[in-house]
Amino acid sequence: MNAAATNVVIIGGSAGCLDVVVQILQLLPENFEASVVLVIHRMKNTQSKLDKMLGRKTGRKFIAEPEDKEPIRAGMVYLAPQNYHLLAEDDHTFSLDYSEPVNYSRPSIDLSFESFASIYGKKIVAVVLSGANKDGAAGLQKVIDGGGLAVIQCPETAEYPAMPRAAVSLNSTAIISKPEEIVDCILQNL
Amino acid sequence: MALKITMEKTDLVTTKDLSEILDVILHRYGYDFRGYAKGSLLRRTNRFAVEIQAASAYELKYTLVNNEMVFRHFLQEVTVNVTELFRDPMYYKVMREKVLPVLASYPIIKIWHAGCSSGEEVFSTCILLHEAGLLKRARIYATDINPSNLDKAKSGILPLRHMKEYTSNYQQSGGKQDFADYYTARYDHAIIHEELRSGIVFSQHNLVSDNVFNEFQLVCCRNVMIYFNKQLQDRVLQLFYESLSSLGFLALGLKETLQFSGIYDKFEATHPTAKIYRRKD
Repeated sequence: MNAAATNVVIIGGSAGCLDVVVQILQLLPENFEASVVLVIHRMKNTQSKLDKMLGRKTGRKFIAEPEDKEPIRAGMVYLAPQNYHLLAEDDHTFSLDYSEPVNYSRPSIDLSFESFASIYGKKIVAVVLSGANKDGAAGLQKVIDGGGLAVIQCPETAEYPAMPRAAVSLNSTAIISKPEEIVDCILQNL
Repeated sequence: MALKITMEKTDLVTTKDLSEILDVILHRYGYDFRGYAKGSLLRRTNRFAVEIQAASAYELKYTLVNNEMVFRHFLQEVTVNVTELFRDPMYYKVMREKVLPVLASYPIIKIWHAGCSSGEEVFSTCILLHEAGLLKRARIYATDINPSNLDKAKSGILPLRHMKEYTSNYQQSGGKQDFADYYTARYDHAIIHEELRSGIVFSQHNLVSDNVFNEFQLVCCRNVMIYFNKQLQDRVLQLFYESLSSLGFLALGLKETLQFSGIYDKFEATHPTAKIYRRKD
């Protein structure tokens, strides 16, 4: 079993983000040591096989939806389960939360960013991708406050630019990056 | 808008403040939240502090200790009371196909819904039992930490606006009846028919501090323990183990698992993804 993760890359995406997520996972080196956490808005109460699809498309072996209290491990890619908020605990385990949607979203990217920032501080890179709402903008601010790195997909390259735009307008120090350069950005900073 | 963001930017209550607040709550009211998962509880406590316009963590603590009405409100806000009828249709499908046929062999079927909130999951179970012709033989205990949840659950009244979604959940779970036959709609509410609910006994029970009170063939506790830390989860799972009869079933939320607990060996998975476990001995 892999060791506990010391660094985390957390990626928030909504409408129009999947191609970029796939691209990021394909470009990350196979021996990438950090834990990657994907928080993506999806339908609830319908079965989704997104984890399997991502595994197939990217060839990455270790993609899973975490269960409650599962240790956050290095080298893994985790996908936030449908219809729960995904949080981190101080013993470096996941915890799930079924409280009200935040800004109509569950999982809420804001909540996950904030929670992981409070545990991983400087050792986190948070990325906001395409989406048609403003989820992630406030959470990104918490990541920056905690000393982590904030990266936003360049709104002009996003299928739905509202979410990256909201993130940019709230976070002037975030790095704005084209999809193909996001991985370089992550690798330079972890 | 700008104001709202500033308010959220710095949290009033830190982890250290929270642990002091939990200590005084335990001392003053007897509710023990110290074993709750910190991430979620801290967020909800901060949200509550903003809601009651507390100027500092000290003021929040002071108000909670000295004003029981505020504490009752706190209890409502920091415990998560979000639930649905037939949430996770796949779980109910497995319940219908794998669990109810086994329960049918008992003359009296005893079921415990622990952490029942406003009752939606209990009502869903009652509908399944009714359709399997088992409802009259079932004794269902539904418990929650929060008395105001129990009042709501006892009323059997739900907001009408969710019924379309619940109907779809019900159909996906394999339900063949007309779902509207199970409730009466009035203005913007629906009331679940009384004969479906008459076998339910509601009572207050705190999983943190209360003990075994009966023996059951099925314990349902879905998405309750996710708010607990690992130590508290272990306590509660031991409590469920002791509350189950031999070969009794334990139903957890779809993302909950026995895998990280000390009693993993004492159960086998009846259905691995529906998270229904069965006591071995």
